[in-house]
Amino acid sequence: MNARKVYMDYNATTPLHPEVKESMRRGFELYANPSSMHEFGRTVRNQLELVRQRIAEFIGAGPEEIIYTGGGSESNNTVLKMLTCALCGGAELSPGRAEIITSAIEHPSIIQTAQHLVSMGNTIHFVKVDRNGKVDMNHFLELISERTALVSIMYANNEIGTIQDIQSLAEIAHRYGALFHTDAVQAVGKIPVDVERLGADYLSFSAHKFYGPKGIGVLYARKGKPYYPFIHGGHQEGGRRAGTMNSLGIIGMGSAVELIKAEMQEIEERLLRLKQRLRSGITERIPDITINGHPEDSLANTLNVSFHGAEGEAVLLYMDLQGIALSTGSACSSGSLEPSHVLLATGVGPELAHGSIRFSMGRETTEDEVDYVLEVLPAVIKNVRKMSTVYSGECK
Amino acid sequence: MSNTNMWVYTDIVKEHFINPKNVLEDEEHYQDDGKGIVGNIKCGDQMMVAIKVSNDTITDCKWKTYGCASAIASTSVMSEMVIGMSIDKAYTIRPEDIVKELGELPAHKIHCSVLGDRALRKAIEDYYNRSGRTDKVVREKAKIICQCMNVTDRDIEEAVRKGDRTYEKLQYRTKLGTVCGQCKDKAENLLHEYIHLFGD
Repeated sequence: MNARKVYMDYNATTPLHPEVKESMRRGFELYANPSSMHEFGRTVRNQLELVRQRIAEFIGAGPEEIIYTGGGSESNNTVLKMLTCALCGGAELSPGRAEIITSAIEHPSIIQTAQHLVSMGNTIHFVKVDRNGKVDMNHFLELISERTALVSIMYANNEIGTIQDIQSLAEIAHRYGALFHTDAVQAVGKIPVDVERLGADYLSFSAHKFYGPKGIGVLYARKGKPYYPFIHGGHQEGGRRAGTMNSLGIIGMGSAVELIKAEMQEIEERLLRLKQRLRSGITERIPDITINGHPEDSLANTLNVSFHGAEGEAVLLYMDLQGIALSTGSACSSGSLEPSHVLLATGVGPELAHGSIRFSMGRETTEDEVDYVLEVLPAVIKNVRKMSTVYSGECK
Repeated sequence: MSNTNMWVYTDIVKEHFINPKNVLEDEEHYQDDGKGIVGNIKCGDQMMVAIKVSNDTITDCKWKTYGCASAIASTSVMSEMVIGMSIDKAYTIRPEDIVKELGELPAHKIHCSVLGDRALRKAIEDYYNRSGRTDKVVREKAKIICQCMNVTDRDIEEAVRKGDRTYEKLQYRTKLGTVCGQCKDKAENLLHEYIHLFGD
């Protein structure tokens, strides 16, 4: 079997930074419950509060505005559900406002939560995006009204990397008296995120997307804005999120934040060059492709390409056999029959959605690895197309 | 080879995926006696099968597919199964026969990717039609209702005969309307039609 291994699926998750691993190893010794009053507990708690301070500074927030959660999905669920569930306080949180606006390209933890809320009788609007994955501002302005309780738009898209103009969206939301949330899971650690500059009332992110551990994340909730807990049963996080604090996760996340703060700019500059190398390499070597996502406003690490006439899962698995880890928007990979809702929303059509491959790189990606991908990929695509019923070699 | 059991599919699927057999490489110059195509790009799977027949026996079977690993592997294994087989027997091949040959496939993969048998039946029917033996065609009048899952009016009729009386049950049995959903109205109309025929 192939000995060479190339990991290019950093948007799915990232490996722990070696120093994060080290700090977590030390963190294993801090076993006491951080909510306990004794010295054992206080010692741990003290560390976790220092991390809170550090995280707050990292995104331009106050420490009391940082709520530790189990990750991005929990943070997203918390925000959407607290503003719609009349039985659990939603009605009082936003009097006279019952609607939510989100986008058609959100992560499943927003889209499927929204669909669930619709099934419970709530009104949720899905704003359209353009061909590059940018929110359609005219449509957004049509949807927003005095009835809007919350606008939730992701900062950067996980599949195609498109970055939204969060500042403008938040400004419009506020003009109508609505609250604004952004799912910044793919943004934090990749681009500078500052809640003041963005004007976000709520913001979600997760440590494992920037070399921290899995199962720990943050919900930023602006001071003075409505809040209602998703998980009841304890006074942790000021009563806003019950459950024994995930000390080890928080320590790991704190370390990851510190490291990414120092390394981010250098990593992103390098990744942008690698992405250009990858993109031009693919464009030169492989005919009949479509690059998905915004040409400029896009994450430096993410490149999404549709290969005409080549089904994505087949491509992914042939690449996997050569040791290269990628991801696809094909239906087959997801276990559902629908291809990527993100690509469909951009209007590329089902064939190109099924034939899409995401390359997502990170701090350990090398030029040599990009070249290896460029060496292997053309033959794989050629082979898949040779078997294809829809590729005749002269596709437009 | 190490850790092969850690791969997504069985070793047999993997083998057929890595080295697919009987891929139709020169479509233009391939003199087939029958050809069938099923599936829809919208759904991510399309299958084309071309056969050569001599003395009512399939002497060659070539194929192409737009599809995932299990679509490639299942069509590859099917092509090996049917070469040398009588057309009568080949006409009765069903997805479960192909899956048996492959070892196993995840359930959701069987419905969406094992389309080879349907393409083969179409190829055989094409052969019958071309050779003027239309009497042999069993399902020639079946009309496709669900393009994505290739479900015909006959399938719906059969499902209603078997007791399905709601769209959900029909959908569960035939998988129609599980992809783009565009056939829902048409399928519901047919459902009502057949319920009317067979009674509640």
